[in-house]
Amino acid sequence: MPHLDAAYNLARWLAGDDHDAEDIVQEACVRAFRFGGGFRGGNSRSWLLAIVRNTACSWLKKNRPQAIVSVDDDEVAQMEDPGQPAAAFDRADAGVLRAALEELPLEFREALVLRELDGLSYKEIAEVADVPVGTVMSRLARARRQLQSYLNRKGGV
Amino acid sequence: MNCAEIHHLLQPYADRELDLVHSLDVERHVKTCAACAAAINSLRSLHSALRDSDLTYHAPDSLRKIVRRMARASGEEIQSRSSNFQWLWKWLAAGATAFAVLTIILRPSGLSGHDQLLNDVVASHVRSLMVGHLTDVASSDEHTVRPWFDGKLDFAPDVTDFAAQGFPLVGGRLDYLNDHAVAALVYRHNKHFINVFVWPSPNGARIEKRENNLITSRAEEIEHFHGYNVITSSVGGFHYCLVSDLEEKELNQLAGLIGK
Repeated sequence: MPHLDAAYNLARWLAGDDHDAEDIVQEACVRAFRFGGGFRGGNSRSWLLAIVRNTACSWLKKNRPQAIVSVDDDEVAQMEDPGQPAAAFDRADAGVLRAALEELPLEFREALVLRELDGLSYKEIAEVADVPVGTVMSRLARARRQLQSYLNRKGGV
Repeated sequence: MNCAEIHHLLQPYADRELDLVHSLDVERHVKTCAACAAAINSLRSLHSALRDSDLTYHAPDSLRKIVRRMARASGEEIQSRSSNFQWLWKWLAAGATAFAVLTIILRPSGLSGHDQLLNDVVASHVRSLMVGHLTDVASSDEHTVRPWFDGKLDFAPDVTDFAAQGFPLVGGRLDYLNDHAVAALVYRHNKHFINVFVWPSPNGARIEKRENNLITSRAEEIEHFHGYNVITSSVGGFHYCLVSDLEEKELNQLAGLIGK
């Protein structure tokens, strides 16, 4: 089963728990096998990850509705002000980084995990999250800004 | 470009999602702008920090096993579903074969034997030009082309180069007509190619509609088929069939040379 690690990684980051992530991936795989005919070629990784993502969101809505805090994608994304001294994260502590990622709203966390950990392109992330590429860019920018301010706050730099 | 314009390009640039033109814009800008250069470095250092911190979760073996079992079960299900249709496919295939065989056997209408031959030689000619498979042996030397057919055909075609008369030999090729292997000799005249198909007349018998029985005599006929000129002739115990888009007169000239 290709992409199982990527599927589990996404589910784990969305659910925040090993056991729940396993349940989500299992259910996603059941759907994937059942609707395997729905795969019309193209990128099988994005296709599977989109199923995992939708399964995770339904699961969270049902079991942990407070985890879903929808972000406002219309808000204009501002990058960190280039006038500010840019932070260097080279020596950031892994534990702090993990906590910082977990702090992020679901949509931001998802975009950043898919981008930075799985190396998906903007287009692939857009397919997984079912949003336009522009929204992906805006979410990534805001996710990074929030992550940075969290790290500055925690002195993880 | 100033900072405000370059600002929204910094992230896609650091993510390597920017096209070449815009990438060059960013690179030109950051050479003179320390703030934007620092912003890019910050994005890159965040990227390496996230990548190097081992934040990726890997699927546990228990899950891997379950999914593998699921995949196997699903594969079997798909197979058993498709096996229900296998008999149908078999019958359809058998039906199609039967239809094809009947079509071949009961092909009385359509083209008569001679028209079928015309159709075939023109098709062969077009195909030989189209697929870039004009010759199997490319040589203007008749002593190269003629021996090449040895062992490939059960007859030895007469191969002559008519370069002096304006029809240089280009080469030879094996082809298949009228249910037997034939020699195809390729000649060129100016920019036109001529396929000359050669095969023996069985006991000097006629396969063309108008020929006389004297094998040394010539029975020539020129026809037009799909814009091509076709000359069929029978001489010296061989049937010749010349096909080309060449003018009728010039093709006739070559036919005359071959018969000599």
